[in-house]
Amino acid sequence: MTQPRFVPVADQALLVEFGQTVDDETNLSVQMLDQALARTPPEGLIEVVPAFVNLVVVFDPTLTDHGAIQQEVLACLDERSEQIGNNTVRDVEVCYDAELAPDLEDIARQAGMSSEAVINAHLAGDFHVVMYGFAPGYAYMAGVPEALHLPRKTAAVRDVPEGSLLIAGPQCLVSTICMPTGWWRIGRATTPILTGDSQKPFLFDVGDPVRFKRISRSEFDESRGGKPHG
Amino acid sequence: MKAVGGNRMADAVFKVHFAGPLISFQDGGRFGHMRFGVPASGPMDRLSHAAGNVVLGNEAAATSIEISMGGIVLECVSGTVSLSLNGGGFDVRVGDQTYTSRSVFNVSPGDKVTVRAGGWGSWCYLGFAGHVDVPSWLSSTATHTMSGFGGGMVQSGQTITIKETRVEESRIGEIASLTEDLAEKPIRLCLGPQDQHFHASAIAALLGETFQLTDAYDRMGARLSGSALELKDALSIPSEPILRGSIQVAGDGVPTVLLADHQTTGGYPKIATVVSADLDRLAQKRARDSISFEQVSAQEAVVIARSKALQMKTYLQEMAVPRGTLLERLMRENLISGAVGPGAD
Repeated sequence: MTQPRFVPVADQALLVEFGQTVDDETNLSVQMLDQALARTPPEGLIEVVPAFVNLVVVFDPTLTDHGAIQQEVLACLDERSEQIGNNTVRDVEVCYDAELAPDLEDIARQAGMSSEAVINAHLAGDFHVVMYGFAPGYAYMAGVPEALHLPRKTAAVRDVPEGSLLIAGPQCLVSTICMPTGWWRIGRATTPILTGDSQKPFLFDVGDPVRFKRISRSEFDESRGGKPHG
Repeated sequence: MKAVGGNRMADAVFKVHFAGPLISFQDGGRFGHMRFGVPASGPMDRLSHAAGNVVLGNEAAATSIEISMGGIVLECVSGTVSLSLNGGGFDVRVGDQTYTSRSVFNVSPGDKVTVRAGGWGSWCYLGFAGHVDVPSWLSSTATHTMSGFGGGMVQSGQTITIKETRVEESRIGEIASLTEDLAEKPIRLCLGPQDQHFHASAIAALLGETFQLTDAYDRMGARLSGSALELKDALSIPSEPILRGSIQVAGDGVPTVLLADHQTTGGYPKIATVVSADLDRLAQKRARDSISFEQVSAQEAVVIARSKALQMKTYLQEMAVPRGTLLERLMRENLISGAVGPGAD
């Protein structure tokens, strides 16, 4: 296991970096450290923010400092099991109806397959949450099958509704607020990512595998029934 | 402890006649959810917000209204309550009375409170002696402006209810400021965490030249103008965590300081990070104000953070003490000048 690079971030955090390129092994190191820090939180820890190749350990500088946090991280790296645990498969219901997936035809044309084949390819993807970012509940998932890797659109589309299932490159996400986006709209989810449950306000933990379940348009309409997403 | 003055546990209701853009309800912030894409939000000028609360006898992190340079006009419809205005140099009028923007005053039904941008500063906090009744999200009323989650934006036409109001006669008057915060000193920063992606000339420009804030300034961040900060190559780094105070540089070399409602991750390299102690001062700057930076080490930044925390704690404790009624204050001042005696000027 390669030792990470430690970089102080002003008075408030320590960046722990396992590599420069996005790959599964690097990300696994990030997730293992993230879980180890959750099991044995250092004194003065405020929070840990994991990303693709690194994570940042945010601390209270009146209680600790970069050096002490670095020692704690090194201890976690020594101790941690090589097993990654506690991740739960999360199911997300999606309707791929053309009206709710305005880019489906375009994706199909670019991928050189039928819309139905695009849907099946997407459903067959091996997804897991890599990190959150951009806006509350925006969970970036890796695992879009290669046939569906498309660069972002050159111009963003306005007012894309919350609950939109979006893809770009190898990534996939379900939006939680109405926003402009340059990602491709492949469907609409009914499963809220912002759960409204104060005990578990976000559906996914970082690292959770995600399974998309196809629902029909009538099931979509029924489950929506005017209920806001999130 | 019962404060001097009335303790009427009644509601007060305010009607918002006009609210400019970027005016929102903010408590002390929503911490610990960055891993879920949620920044802390909370006040842009955290100390002014906290002081505006404690001078009323509220908890430092209580909900108040963050007022932008757009200004606000609201009218007390019912109830009598003490208010505080604290922050940048704004102008405030209550009926025919004018106050400085660092004041505690009472408002009664029919009183119109008008707050407008004054000589300096971008943000001012309107505090209420009582509980501001607005929605909370993840146990915080801090408004995340991009989503509107939390207490929400303050809109023209809206009604605001204050629960458990108090009239704090013993707290009326001007609010002292932490004078050090008003000084025109450079903003301190630490280089990194991705300064290795920049040419030496970019680092030299950041530390040696003057930048200006631009109109692209909101609760998410402030874009600066000045020398372009050249990246070594137009690389795209993997998206990674962003913190309040991160200075990220887009491909065009333009730096943006990320603030209260920052995105939690992003793929632009961060050339430097502003020390927490200087973020309030930075946030009070306006578009076209000049800004210069001074480098400190991470170790120095921790020392600065600790001394600032101590200073803030002492200041807020002092601000939380009721000063007494006008009569009591006059009495006390007489006694004090009497006690100081010969030798005092």
